[in-house]
Amino acid sequence: MIPSFWRKIRYRYNLTGTKCENCGRIYHPPRNICPECRRKSSITEVDLGDRGELLTYSIVHDAPESFKLQRPYVIGLIKLESGVVVTSQISCKPSELRIGMKVKAVFRKYGEDGEDGIIYYGTKFVPCEE
Amino acid sequence: MRKVAIIGVGMSRFGELWDKSFRDIVIEAGIEAIEDANLEGKEIEAMYIGNMSGGRFLSQEHISALIADYSGLASLNIPAIRVEAGDASGGVALKEAYISVASGIHDIVVAAGVEKVTDVGSAMEIMDSSIDQEWEAFHGATLASLYAMMARLHIHNYGSSEEDLAMISVKNHKNAVNNPKAQFRREIGIETVLNSPYVAEPLKVFDSAPISDGSAVVILASERVARKHTDTPVYINSVVQSSDYLAVQNREDILEMKAVKTATRKALKLAKCELKDIDVFEMHDSFTITELLLYENVGLAEKGRGHELVRDGRVEIDGEKPVNPSGGLKACGHAVGATGIRQIGEIVLQLRGDAGKRQVDAEKGMAVNIGGTGATAVVSILGR
Repeated sequence: MIPSFWRKIRYRYNLTGTKCENCGRIYHPPRNICPECRRKSSITEVDLGDRGELLTYSIVHDAPESFKLQRPYVIGLIKLESGVVVTSQISCKPSELRIGMKVKAVFRKYGEDGEDGIIYYGTKFVPCEE
Repeated sequence: MRKVAIIGVGMSRFGELWDKSFRDIVIEAGIEAIEDANLEGKEIEAMYIGNMSGGRFLSQEHISALIADYSGLASLNIPAIRVEAGDASGGVALKEAYISVASGIHDIVVAAGVEKVTDVGSAMEIMDSSIDQEWEAFHGATLASLYAMMARLHIHNYGSSEEDLAMISVKNHKNAVNNPKAQFRREIGIETVLNSPYVAEPLKVFDSAPISDGSAVVILASERVARKHTDTPVYINSVVQSSDYLAVQNREDILEMKAVKTATRKALKLAKCELKDIDVFEMHDSFTITELLLYENVGLAEKGRGHELVRDGRVEIDGEKPVNPSGGLKACGHAVGATGIRQIGEIVLQLRGDAGKRQVDAEKGMAVNIGGTGATAVVSILGR
């Protein structure tokens, strides 16, 4: 898993996506080809902003092995100010959750490769006041 | 393009088949299909096999040649092709088999699906490999949690409820009682669903299809050849596959399954019929919310009103539009790569009048098979 994690580390540590200069559409994760413009695509990187709202969420109880210690945890779809939607964990009490709540991005640990392995960091979201 | 008929169907039991190997279950279904088609075996010109993950469930790849071999066809040296599209693998295998006959390349072919899942500890993680590993699973998303987020939004936007979802599970369990091949042949009450533990809120254990062992096989033939072997051919009026963004986050509206919509529209057009002409449905209820969203995306219900079909009983076996008379994935079982073919087998039995106690009165039937969260959809329309 290390190479696949490291390869896109920039997009995990930062909320960076790709923009097609031809049509203006923005995507996360980054893409080499714009799904609307295809061969006419003109791809550049763009900052997605660190604030957004929660579109929907779930509290995960039945988790894969690598997430078992974190159960139950909250997974959500967050619509960022740039209009892009990302899948991420929300760090908060389940009772705080509501669709439409404002959230902001924070840098957090996602997991590790055993005691001596690398630590996987990435973006999570926490509630924030308007 | 030539007309293509299904002349034989076969199916193993679905469930936890501890005493049966991968080879055993696919051969069991295959023999039943060959007997049903009244073939000797040597007439088969090619095999298309849907299988999601022989590699991870069994550490066995190259299963296409393996199955041809153990089917007793090694000496005929026929082509055997394994097809993978998550849990839509079976549906895609049917489509590939259909093309090979419709195009005139072959006269008789096998479309099969098979999965053996109980030889590993955690089948769930392998099931979850149909979602985007780098950008969904990395963050802890599971297949169940992605559907759970759709369920949460549907309940929030449209006033459906956990009870509505539960009733889909109750319906499918009731139907499976009369299916001798089904994994769970027992009725359950709504409390059983509502009191079962959460998998990913608001979805519970009883909202979720099991991950099962099982195999299903259908035999396809050109119209001319079909007439030599059977008096009751069931024709494939159309079979259409579509795709969509792999990750849910990239879809404009997460309650819209565009692959399903596109495949349904094209399948109806090719079959020269309308949705009102379809009498029976097999739909991919990997979770109860999946079936509810399929009502809407296939067009049985308007957007945001799928739960009304459950409330007024229209999708019950004796309703106006029966969905999943077999028991569906929830109660018949979900043998992943076999499911798409298993659905087709059920529609064939229904159209031939061979469905026993779960028989509905039907001239045309539709099967909707989904891969993962809907990035693959296969819609098939069959008719007598």
